[in-house]
Amino acid sequence: MSALSHLVSIVTLLEGPQTLGRGRRFWSGVILILVAAFAYPLFADGYDVGNNVYFFNWIFMALGLCLIWGYGGSLSFGQTAFFGIAGYAYGVLTINLGDAYGLTLFALIAAGLISAVCAAILGYFLFFGRISGVFLGIVTLSVTLVMERFISQTAGPEWHIGTARLNGFNGMGGMPSLTVPWPGGPIVLLPDVGLYYVTLVLLVFVYLGLRVLVNSRFGNVIVAIRENPERAEMLGYDVRKYQLGTFVIGSSLAGLSGVLYTSWGNYITPASMGMTAASLPIVWVAVGGRSDLTTTLLGTFLVLLVFQALTIYGSQYALVAMGTLLVVTVLLAPNGIVAGVVSLVSKRRVRKRAKSEQVL
Amino acid sequence: MIRVIRFLQLGFVMDLLYSAFSFLYQSGDAFAFLVLSACGLAVIFGMMGVINLAHGEFILCGAYVSTSATQMGLPLPLSIAVGAGVAGLIGMPLERLIIRHLYSRPLDTIVATWGISMIVTQGTLIVLGSTMQGSGTPLGSFMVGNYSYSVYRIVLMGTALATLAALWLVFTRTRFGVLARATIQVPHIAQALGVNTGLIYSLTFGLGAALAGLAGGLYAPTMTLVPTMGSAFIVEAFVTVVIGGADIFLGTAPTAAILGVIKAALTSWHGQLAGQIGMLLSVIIVIRILPRGISGWILNERP
Repeated sequence: MSALSHLVSIVTLLEGPQTLGRGRRFWSGVILILVAAFAYPLFADGYDVGNNVYFFNWIFMALGLCLIWGYGGSLSFGQTAFFGIAGYAYGVLTINLGDAYGLTLFALIAAGLISAVCAAILGYFLFFGRISGVFLGIVTLSVTLVMERFISQTAGPEWHIGTARLNGFNGMGGMPSLTVPWPGGPIVLLPDVGLYYVTLVLLVFVYLGLRVLVNSRFGNVIVAIRENPERAEMLGYDVRKYQLGTFVIGSSLAGLSGVLYTSWGNYITPASMGMTAASLPIVWVAVGGRSDLTTTLLGTFLVLLVFQALTIYGSQYALVAMGTLLVVTVLLAPNGIVAGVVSLVSKRRVRKRAKSEQVL
Repeated sequence: MIRVIRFLQLGFVMDLLYSAFSFLYQSGDAFAFLVLSACGLAVIFGMMGVINLAHGEFILCGAYVSTSATQMGLPLPLSIAVGAGVAGLIGMPLERLIIRHLYSRPLDTIVATWGISMIVTQGTLIVLGSTMQGSGTPLGSFMVGNYSYSVYRIVLMGTALATLAALWLVFTRTRFGVLARATIQVPHIAQALGVNTGLIYSLTFGLGAALAGLAGGLYAPTMTLVPTMGSAFIVEAFVTVVIGGADIFLGTAPTAAILGVIKAALTSWHGQLAGQIGMLLSVIIVIRILPRGISGWILNERP
């Protein structure tokens, strides 16, 4: 009985003051989208399905950044560092351990934990040193750039962990994909329908979990800290611990992205931690609307789609377009383009309702 | 016998002197690099609390412009000045058009300047290709002990000190400097007293951009010119400003001196990358101890 009431109290946290979207209309929309997403592989060819998995992989990192930046108010430019750490950790672990007995799933969890520990160590120094917003951004950016440079020079044969060569600038390849042990023979999650469903389910869980998190007490406190750290501190909250917690959760999600990406392509390079790679999560989250999980999710997906379409027509110009999009968003729609559209629509609806009430 | 011992001793002392010189040279080189790459960033940050992530691209601009000027036949000092000037002239309208609107949102300024940086890096790649012919390090080299040292690096050290001196003169002795410092301290009072703070912001941003261009022009002969060359500078510039805090003379300069020694020691011990990693780690530890940077610490200690 008490377990049931616990569950009910968690479910009620799915909507709340920190998230957009509530009521029957929103959730039936969500279910409609989910049904479409689950039905999608039935109609699309294998390449498109795998490509969608690629999009899904990045959304975890975007949601993590949304939590840190949008909800927590501390801008981290270094999410790609944790992406890379987890990706490389997954590669090293799976190349050494192999893919039998569900060891790749163990590597998935271990790599996520490694990135969480790295985030906790870095975050300890940053938040307990009370580094303010601007400096936090450039220290985390420096970390990811130095990581990139470090991995780039590990080309020589002396750079190996166990049997896994780090391979420097060329990147590390040949690690097994995620593999689920199954009675009738292990299921290898190649970038195909199987991986699509696994990633989609994971994404839904992370999204709903984060909704519960930000509407819970923890979420309310981190938003209070974003709005005014001194006031939150006066109210008795240890700002540093909450910020550190947010940072670790968000960075673990970046790590999850890294593992999924590495397993998806069986490949990771130091460029995934470089300047360009580090800027892309910022673009997705800023354009989508950093202050809400749903707009971030939609925005990330849309920007990724547009980016890929642009890359097909002219890969050089895609990055220029992304930079322009970022500048324009910051100047004209500081809360994000998707969030801007959403608030415009809801405002209009409120106005319409007010008008119809006047008529009555 | 005694003569042999004395000869050995002399050899030992000379070796010590040689390696002391080598260490001093490397520290000085690192100091110059840190000062030159950070002072533009620090001027802008000290004035407006804005971190200009397009800093590396102003360096890029200075490097490309000065190299092209050299190739067109201009003498090197003049072409470096042209590079700095062009970077400054680009900086001012950029401040007017974009950065001005974001002063109340410092985090958004970083994001916007990052967008600019992406556009410029990629734009340079599209327009000018993946690399540009460099002009080679001028002025030759000299020998101390068994190693040869580049004369140009000594010039760079001198230029770093001269830049600091010039900035000090600008900020203490000129009308612009006085107005700028007033604007830093209490912007709205300065405005009430008739200072055109908008213009001051523009000029300061231009000055910061010109200093970045200067760094690019000065280091262009020593490195390969690629569109991403700015990112070779920014980590150093960032950590110097993070530790140094908002004040150039009490922050950036002493920080660059300390970090220069650390970097030189680690570089001679285990290579360029160890220097960079060590510097970053020491920065992360230092911010835990001195959250307001060295200048904050010095200002706090003073009565």
